[in-house]
Amino acid sequence: MSEDMKVVEDLTQSEYKWGFITDIEADEAPKGLNEEIVRFISNKKNEPDWMTEWRLKAFRHWLKMEEPKWSKVNYPEIDFQDIRYYSAPKKKPQLESIDEVDPELLKTFEKLGIPLDEQKRLSGVAVDAVFDSVSVATTFKETLAEKGVIFCSISDAIKNHPELIKKYLGSVVPYTDNYYASLNAAVFSDGSFVYIPKGVRCPMELSTYFRINASDTGQFERTLIIAEDSSYVSYLEGCTAPMRDENQLHAAVVELVALDNAEIKYSTVQNWYPGDKNGKGGIYNFVTKRGACRGKNSKISWTQVETGSSITWKYPSCILQGDNSIGEFYSVAVTNNFQQADTGSKMIHIGKNTKSTIISKGISAGRSDNSYRGLVKVMKNADGARNFSQCDSMLMSDTCGAHTFPYIEIDNDTAQVEHEATTSKVGEDQIFYLNQRGISTEDAINMIVNGFCKEVFNELPMEFAVEAQKLLAISLEGSVG
Amino acid sequence: MAIKKEIDSAKEWYLNGFEEFKSKLNGQTKTFFTELRNDAIDQLGKINFPTSKDEEWKYTNVSPLLKNNFIPANLINHSIVDSTAVDSKIFKGFDSYLLVFVNGVYDSNLSNIAELPEGIVVDSFNNVLKTKPELIEKHVRAFSKTNNAFDALNTAFTTDGLVVILSEGKILEKPIQALYLNGNNENTVLSSPRNLIVAGKNSQVSIIANYQAVSENPYFSNITTEVFADESSVVDLYKIQNESMKAFHIERVETYQNKKSVFSHYNISFGGRLVRNDINTKLDDEFIETHYYGLYLGSKDQHIDNHTYMDHAKPNCESNEIYKGILDDSSRGVFNGKIMVRKDAQKTNAYQSNKTVLLSKEAKIDTKPQLEIYADDVKCSHGATVGHLDDTAYFYIRSRGIPADLAKSILIRAFVSDVVETLKIEELREQINHLIFEHLHRVEI
Repeated sequence: MSEDMKVVEDLTQSEYKWGFITDIEADEAPKGLNEEIVRFISNKKNEPDWMTEWRLKAFRHWLKMEEPKWSKVNYPEIDFQDIRYYSAPKKKPQLESIDEVDPELLKTFEKLGIPLDEQKRLSGVAVDAVFDSVSVATTFKETLAEKGVIFCSISDAIKNHPELIKKYLGSVVPYTDNYYASLNAAVFSDGSFVYIPKGVRCPMELSTYFRINASDTGQFERTLIIAEDSSYVSYLEGCTAPMRDENQLHAAVVELVALDNAEIKYSTVQNWYPGDKNGKGGIYNFVTKRGACRGKNSKISWTQVETGSSITWKYPSCILQGDNSIGEFYSVAVTNNFQQADTGSKMIHIGKNTKSTIISKGISAGRSDNSYRGLVKVMKNADGARNFSQCDSMLMSDTCGAHTFPYIEIDNDTAQVEHEATTSKVGEDQIFYLNQRGISTEDAINMIVNGFCKEVFNELPMEFAVEAQKLLAISLEGSVG
Repeated sequence: MAIKKEIDSAKEWYLNGFEEFKSKLNGQTKTFFTELRNDAIDQLGKINFPTSKDEEWKYTNVSPLLKNNFIPANLINHSIVDSTAVDSKIFKGFDSYLLVFVNGVYDSNLSNIAELPEGIVVDSFNNVLKTKPELIEKHVRAFSKTNNAFDALNTAFTTDGLVVILSEGKILEKPIQALYLNGNNENTVLSSPRNLIVAGKNSQVSIIANYQAVSENPYFSNITTEVFADESSVVDLYKIQNESMKAFHIERVETYQNKKSVFSHYNISFGGRLVRNDINTKLDDEFIETHYYGLYLGSKDQHIDNHTYMDHAKPNCESNEIYKGILDDSSRGVFNGKIMVRKDAQKTNAYQSNKTVLLSKEAKIDTKPQLEIYADDVKCSHGATVGHLDDTAYFYIRSRGIPADLAKSILIRAFVSDVVETLKIEELREQINHLIFEHLHRVEI
């Protein structure tokens, strides 16, 4: 083995640094799934009848569906009756200030390097911290309230803003959409709700940190973001999860609605527990994320950095309904050891002069498999549609795989669609060039990988870009880059 | 489901017709092929014709094909095809060995394969099967396995086809021109040619497979072509498909390449109501080169589906693929290209490009270029574009006083030239160019 390869090997075998379990009493539902459990969850959350009914409809539909098998991932069959569908921290404090938050919880966030109070004071980011399934603390509420921005947990929104929930929940991802979206609709525990009124530019970046905690609890978040005419919001979602052996199912649904001239920027750093070196444990991350550009000139932009989960299976999508609307997708997906990722984006062009961009960077190491799967569809009346897709893969070992499966369906002659994909490895010549300038092989690889991902990192908000680089470094290199 | 009914009735039709077909095989029953034929009909009984639920057939609906009851070519009386028909369909301007097949059956009177050099067999499948089966048995058996119903249908109902065998070091200077004249005025005919090309070590051959129609009646060309390219051989295979606009055309080309061989496949598709090509190559040793060039031209309500597969199994190989299409009227195109790089195939260099121009509002393209890569030291890339003719280029040409239809033709010619210029037989280029403009009903330049 050459010296370079050895360094790559060493670097790619660093352990997941952020695995620990927090001790908090949880209020749990028994294992299993039936109508009773659905009612139990709905009841626990004091939901109105129409919500319970909606959940039940979704559950009944889910029963009729079959688990999809088409993705390029392998995992043992999931026993949906062996999962606990609800678990909430017992004390749910109604807090005004950060001091009232459970100190145990605060410690957890500190370990993650994102102390809530620190963030509140220094970075000006409002944090809606979801700990397990129920949101515990929400900051900066007053500042947001002044502007008329609603940023709360989805359970609160169901209680306080039923008219908005009735209008928009399930309007982008209906409960019949797919197997995991139906499951989510039936049992979703909590999530975030954001409403930006007409003409408001959200004064700060909104952010949620998710953590999976109590053992055997599937997490089923549901996020709904609505941007009214001429509004703007940037939303950050980041996750880390404690180390643990059993696989955990995570099936979230995210819905975005952008009306005339509105813009939503949704950024994710995903670092769920990826399983150990032998592929044992790790999170199954089966997510449905979709944004609807309903209004004219609206824009939705997805940026994701995926380093965790034993299996990642998600395709953040944009439905470009409004004329001149824009959809963007920027992604870095890193897989190592036995991780599997099947991810990409769908851009559905319906309105006239719609534009979409897909930039996807896949890095695979160890024995992992990393697939890009995407769809660009231009409907018959989408005159002047424009798409550019670029999918690059980098391979860091001879036992991993990198795949590209783009689907391009064009039904309009004025469309202009381009797709390109490349696959390569870190070039020996590149490493040599940097070595020659006195840069160690470790730093050189780090530099090359970061350069490879730069187009995507540039799209992330500042705070996230730093964390993303850190994650990439840890996932691949063992030292902070 | 409607398609289910069609699949069942089509299967029933072919399974029931098999005994009568077998009774008119003229002595072929005593050959080794009978065993493969019987296996294939058993297989056909077990599997179904594909539907849009099969990922590989997602965009192609074969139910219009299944609705017809096609009659195997040996059960019908062939209308007489004379030499004027042959003359009007062959490519001219260069010397070639000519083999003519009428509905997949060899016609020696119309063919001309005199003065073949020694060590080279160019003959019909039927003749070789009866007289020298040992020449082809190994290869035919090696390729015969299938899980595709159309493949099984070919193996069950084929009686003839093209056989080319070159022994070590043989170079055939003149190209072989195989002319397939299809269709029958009285019947809807099933033509099932089975072609086999075996190029020995250091041999070289160039073959033009030219599919043409002699009747306006619907018919079905269901073709299997197998190519074995041994060490350091060079094989060029030109497929020019100009069937009638009512014809159904399905071909599978299966190529197996050995060390240092070079295989080029040219696939030019004009006619056919429903066309499907599966072009698969296994690069099973080192230093192999494979080239695919494709051009598909759709007009009226044609449906043209090209599936290509490059299977890089060993290190140090190179593959290159360029597919271009022009779709007019309400035609529909499908492209599905896959590059597979297996675990051991280090230092693979693979390139694939698919470009499509839509000329009309009703035209449609579904393209799916794929990379599946399990080796790290590789250079693989693919690109796909869909668009219309370049507005600025068009404006530039118009501003120089060139009329609209001519300006469009200039742009079309420029677009197809990437593929047309790669044809190694120079005399073919202008004739292909002529066919392009004729098929698209545009002013020729």
